[in-house]
Amino acid sequence: MTRVHDMGGRFGDGAVTPEPVDAPVFQHDWHARALAVTLAAGSLGQWNIDISRHAREKLSPKDYTRFSYYEKWISALADLLVESGVLTENDLKNVEEAGEHPLADRKLKAEAVAKVLASGGPADRPSDIPFAFDVGQAVLTTRPAANRLVDGGHTRLPAYAAGAKGRVLMVHGTHVLPDSSAHRLGDAPEPLYAVAFPAAELWADPEHPKDEVVLDLWQSYLEPA
Amino acid sequence: MPHDDHDHPHALLPPEPALRVRALETVLIRKGLIDPAALDEIIDTYQNKIGPQNGAHVIAKAWTDPEFKQALLEDATSVVAELGYHGRQGEHIVVAENTPEQHNMVVCTLCSCYPWPLLGIPPGWYKSDAYRARAVREPRKVLSEFGVTLPVETAVRVWDSTAEIRYLVLPIRPEGSEGLNEEELAALVTRDSMIGTGMPRVPS
Repeated sequence: MTRVHDMGGRFGDGAVTPEPVDAPVFQHDWHARALAVTLAAGSLGQWNIDISRHAREKLSPKDYTRFSYYEKWISALADLLVESGVLTENDLKNVEEAGEHPLADRKLKAEAVAKVLASGGPADRPSDIPFAFDVGQAVLTTRPAANRLVDGGHTRLPAYAAGAKGRVLMVHGTHVLPDSSAHRLGDAPEPLYAVAFPAAELWADPEHPKDEVVLDLWQSYLEPA
Repeated sequence: MPHDDHDHPHALLPPEPALRVRALETVLIRKGLIDPAALDEIIDTYQNKIGPQNGAHVIAKAWTDPEFKQALLEDATSVVAELGYHGRQGEHIVVAENTPEQHNMVVCTLCSCYPWPLLGIPPGWYKSDAYRARAVREPRKVLSEFGVTLPVETAVRVWDSTAEIRYLVLPIRPEGSEGLNEEELAALVTRDSMIGTGMPRVPS
């Protein structure tokens, strides 16, 4: 039920390699192009951020592991364009042959870029679901960590935090539920909390008795402890 | 439902990554779905306009203005928006303050969530499997790879960015920085110190 992207706590990845402070923002020109093409295509309005995250996550484990970061982006974008009906497989096979597209009037124009990037896409929404938890309250995460609406679907409860006991640290308001939104099932907004877990609740051999990990978790991921 | 584990359309594009990007860019431009000038504008924005200098401005202000700091800790989103820092991947911001008792560190184990309007595009290591996998389980070992050693009594709180809330670390103002103005202080604030994998520079 988990997917390859859910790697928090995993062993075996080796050391982190910090980069010099003056390292370029984009290591290669195609990295910058991959980011820009992805953002511009997103502006066509045919998917939301949860759908696009899920498109990267459902790359096959082999692809996800061997692809570099922006290879994941560009490959998931190709999949998403076909899945959402913007392009056909034939378009991908014959990239030079394309004519004007019905969505062309939605194209992001250079003069609109600054405004679009500066407005972003807030995830808070009004919700009728009452807050079940207060700051300081003990909660237990659901187990297994899984999308309860779509089998194998997108969720934001990492496997390492499933079935763990924590306490509510902050109440963030009501936010779009990715488990629903990633599958075009609606925003389904519900309360979102920052929940703090003692490291010893998550790991067999925590580094320090007072360490904590905080995760942002939706109300449907939680029950009272 | 998701019969998604085979037949991925991306396999129809050239395998070499630069060519794969070029092919997709070509088809989208030919169909009138993306504007090459818009791509240049997006790249220019994140290469030259938005970066860690934004976050450093916020941190230096918090170090010099107690009221600003208080407001920042209570409602960072609106406070940084007033300074002009808002937008994509920074719609909801929370600032976590380092103290001698608690050091904060930010990760996104599931993808690469990062406060773009304040720090720009995340560095390669932030998006690496090693950082994503290990930061939550062994933050001190990861910090040691950045040359950072914490006092024994300091606890680490790792923030795993699992929703649309983006976290910025407010580092401890370095000793010896007493007489510095906001601009001089901002020069001490490193990108990594605002992620929690580094410390601010010490004034020379």
